[in-house]
Amino acid sequence: MAQAPAVVQPRKVPSAWSRTCASLGFWAFQYRRTWRGTVVSSILTPVLFLAAMGIGLGTLVDEGGRLGDEYLLFLAPGLLAATAMQTATFESMYPVMGAIKWVRTYHAMLATPLGVGNILGGHLLWVAFRVTTTAAIYLVVIALFGAAPSLLALLALPAATLCGMAFAAPIFAFAAGYDSPAGFAALERFVIVPMFLFSGTFFPVSQLPEALQWVAYATPLWHGVDLCRGLVQGTQELADALMHVGYLSLWVGGGVVAANYFFRRRLEATG
Amino acid sequence: MSTAESGRQLSVPLASVEAVATDSADPPLVHARGLTKRFGEFTAVDGIDVDVARGEAFGFLGPNGAGKSSTMRMIGCVSPPTEGTLRILGRDPRTEGPAIRARLGVVPQQDTLDTELSVRENLLIYGRYFGMSRAAVRDKTDELLEFVQLSDRAKDKVEPLSGGMKRRLTIARSLINDPEMLLLDEPTTGLDPQARHSLWDRLFRLKQRGVTLVLTTHYMDEAEQLCDRLVVMDKGRFAAEGSPRELIATYSTREVLELRFGADADNKVYADKLEGLVDRIEVLPDRLLLYTDDGDGSAAAVYDRGLRPVSTLVRRSTLEDVFLRLTGRTLVD
Amino acid sequence: MSATLHPDRESATLLARIVPLRGTSARRASLMVERSLMVYRRGWVIIVSGFFEPLFYLLSIGVGIGALVGSVTVDGTVLEYTAFVAPALLASSAMNGAVYDSTFNIFFKLKYAKTYDAILSTPMSPGDVAAGEICWALLRGLIYSTAFLVVMLALGLVGSPWAVLVLPAAVLIGFGFAAVGVAATTYMRGWQDFEFVQLIVLPMFLFATTFYPLSTYPSALQAVVVCTPLYHAVELIRDLTTGLVDGTLTIHVAYLAVMGLIGLRVAAGRLEKLLLT
Ligand SMILES: Nc1ncnc2c1ncn2[C@@H]1O[C@H](COP(=O)(O)OP(=O)(O)OP(=O)(O)O)[C@@H](O)[C@H]1O
Ligand SMILES: [Mg+2]
Repeated sequence: MAQAPAVVQPRKVPSAWSRTCASLGFWAFQYRRTWRGTVVSSILTPVLFLAAMGIGLGTLVDEGGRLGDEYLLFLAPGLLAATAMQTATFESMYPVMGAIKWVRTYHAMLATPLGVGNILGGHLLWVAFRVTTTAAIYLVVIALFGAAPSLLALLALPAATLCGMAFAAPIFAFAAGYDSPAGFAALERFVIVPMFLFSGTFFPVSQLPEALQWVAYATPLWHGVDLCRGLVQGTQELADALMHVGYLSLWVGGGVVAANYFFRRRLEATG
Repeated sequence: MSTAESGRQLSVPLASVEAVATDSADPPLVHARGLTKRFGEFTAVDGIDVDVARGEAFGFLGPNGAGKSSTMRMIGCVSPPTEGTLRILGRDPRTEGPAIRARLGVVPQQDTLDTELSVRENLLIYGRYFGMSRAAVRDKTDELLEFVQLSDRAKDKVEPLSGGMKRRLTIARSLINDPEMLLLDEPTTGLDPQARHSLWDRLFRLKQRGVTLVLTTHYMDEAEQLCDRLVVMDKGRFAAEGSPRELIATYSTREVLELRFGADADNKVYADKLEGLVDRIEVLPDRLLLYTDDGDGSAAAVYDRGLRPVSTLVRRSTLEDVFLRLTGRTLVD
Repeated sequence: MSATLHPDRESATLLARIVPLRGTSARRASLMVERSLMVYRRGWVIIVSGFFEPLFYLLSIGVGIGALVGSVTVDGTVLEYTAFVAPALLASSAMNGAVYDSTFNIFFKLKYAKTYDAILSTPMSPGDVAAGEICWALLRGLIYSTAFLVVMLALGLVGSPWAVLVLPAAVLIGFGFAAVGVAATTYMRGWQDFEFVQLIVLPMFLFATTFYPLSTYPSALQAVVVCTPLYHAVELIRDLTTGLVDGTLTIHVAYLAVMGLIGLRVAAGRLEKLLLT
């Protein structure tokens, strides 16, 4: 049923792209009911964080004089990448498990011409949309705080999206492969929160003990943070940027392959 | 009819145990005067008067929305009356709710099992709410699980149980504190015949031990089997009150003769031809009901008038006939 | 109506004496805790893992921001930055735990699982349910606070014997927030209302002198900060762990106690209205 679209099709079936868009459309339609709340928190969260940490805590850090940068300029792009991670994580855990297990949205979609690939693709595109809009709002707030000195900051938007998707795709796989929501609590507490706290968002990774530095460098969040920071501050070197983009893309690609595997296993085997 | 089947299990009709009720000099366990429940503008229970004596089995019948559950919840002290007097076990529910509830067993219409706990834990903690010791609750739990045949599911979560199993667990739960009075709101809805009969049997034995039963049901055979006295409720009021036999005698005849004249016959025409033959004739789309004290005699009379029904059936008049007469055949809501 | 009217003549809790909750007894309230223990016997991993979040925050601030900031001056006393933030983290995690337990968990049981409907057809009263659920939130919070305090001791972040009072203080904080949380939950219509919980908790966490002293704010803002409950919670714990104890301690304690008692009163009344219809 869920064959690649290259297979000869005797009857007119919607193209692969339009089928993926149909899946995307479903999530957009759902969003109509909740968008107001998410917009309010997408605006308030960056304002609150930048005011409290960037300016308030920044006063103390700048007095300390141990960080080369002004703290607000250092922190803001880090928070941008971290927010992309959090939004992507949030949108990929319960919604995916729910669509498989509880609401069984995916199963309903499978009863239409949509295949597993379209379902997965459409939902991932939806998460990309949510990450991008949230990051865009964040970027505007950063600019309003006067923390985006360079025009290169515009490129931080796709960078943040890429960073978010480096989490979304593997978490899609996790949500489809691991059958219980208890795993999400562990994922949050032992993966997402520690990354948020130790991957260069709030302080340079170089302050960590040597061994932990290498762990931090291996996390996708550090690459997202470093890329966003370089772009927003306008100091990004091309070679570093390519390395970051390449590494993050690996996570996205690997995640998509794994998610595709688990989606097929769950949706085609158990119907 | 299922009454005949159940008669096998309950050889003595419950009504004959009435003596228990009249013997005791207790105040009534339920005493209500002008009991009223309003939800906003809407009156669900409209000034009813009831007394239920110790040891009695009392039933509420009535169409959906009649106000049966609202009344049961007031009796169970979980819903304060809007107006009127209510005394349960001789006490005032408004001030002594916990003390009264300690002596009640409740089977609500909707199962309210604790979905975060296992089957067995549901009973254990429920017994603890009544202040029972852990050891006492454990013994009682094992006995009750055996009774509702859920011992082999004891460790399972509640959620995946079938509807009837959940119902059985709710019933077991209501018995954990050896209640003096059991409030059963449609206790057997969703049960299979075996479970129903075993519950009836159990209720019968509880009643013999002096436990007072107050129940609602949509099964007339159940009401006939279990209740000494019942009321038919409609739109928050009592439409009739009495023992099953009294109600049948008052609102129906001893027997009912059912006549069918084939699929496209005009039953109205036949009814006109049978005019005056019996006390009352009811015309249904598919058959005629003749209310009579002598079914066979009336059947012969039908033939005498030259009518040839496709089928004739003589049956004993049931509460169902009373119920439908009092509350009408059309769906109320 | 006071609890002593109760025909069982059960001992009324001290709380019930102060706030007259109709028919509340300590013994019955404790059965709600017994129920929670039953539920979490299988889910203890969740409880244990809850301790790590504040610990990660503490470590992150210790090696990271603490190293950048160095020290702060509070009331003329110079403090290690980590020793300044650690008590605030303890207070906020006491708040977070209490709020989470008393909103999400209770809302689920109230609206979806209908857990309390069954419980109220036993001798348990709405007051018992409210008090019992809050007690459970406090016990859970106490475990976390104890673990956190032990870590603070191990890292040398406790500078005063007053710290022995940290645990009761943390329980008081939990009580204040849990009671208000339960009360607020009884007004919630659906999950979307939980967005508001986030909108209240997050700004408090960020601004209630958690990360920097009150003097950093412009004076107009200082007045606002001083009104928030988390400010009093943070200051209470910080006074105790740093030993900078003065008369304001009583204000902090009174603020939290009054908040909790009002919350409890509202919660019990509202639960009665919602459940006993
Ligand atoms: N909490 C409530 N709020 C508003 N209206 C209510 C409430 N509970 C019951 N009602 C209304 O009161 C009326 C009587 O309801 P009740 O549940 O007592 O009927 P019932 O006789 O038990 O019906 P059924 O046979 O369907 O169980 C109904 O119209 C119902 O909508
Ligand atoms: Mg009902």
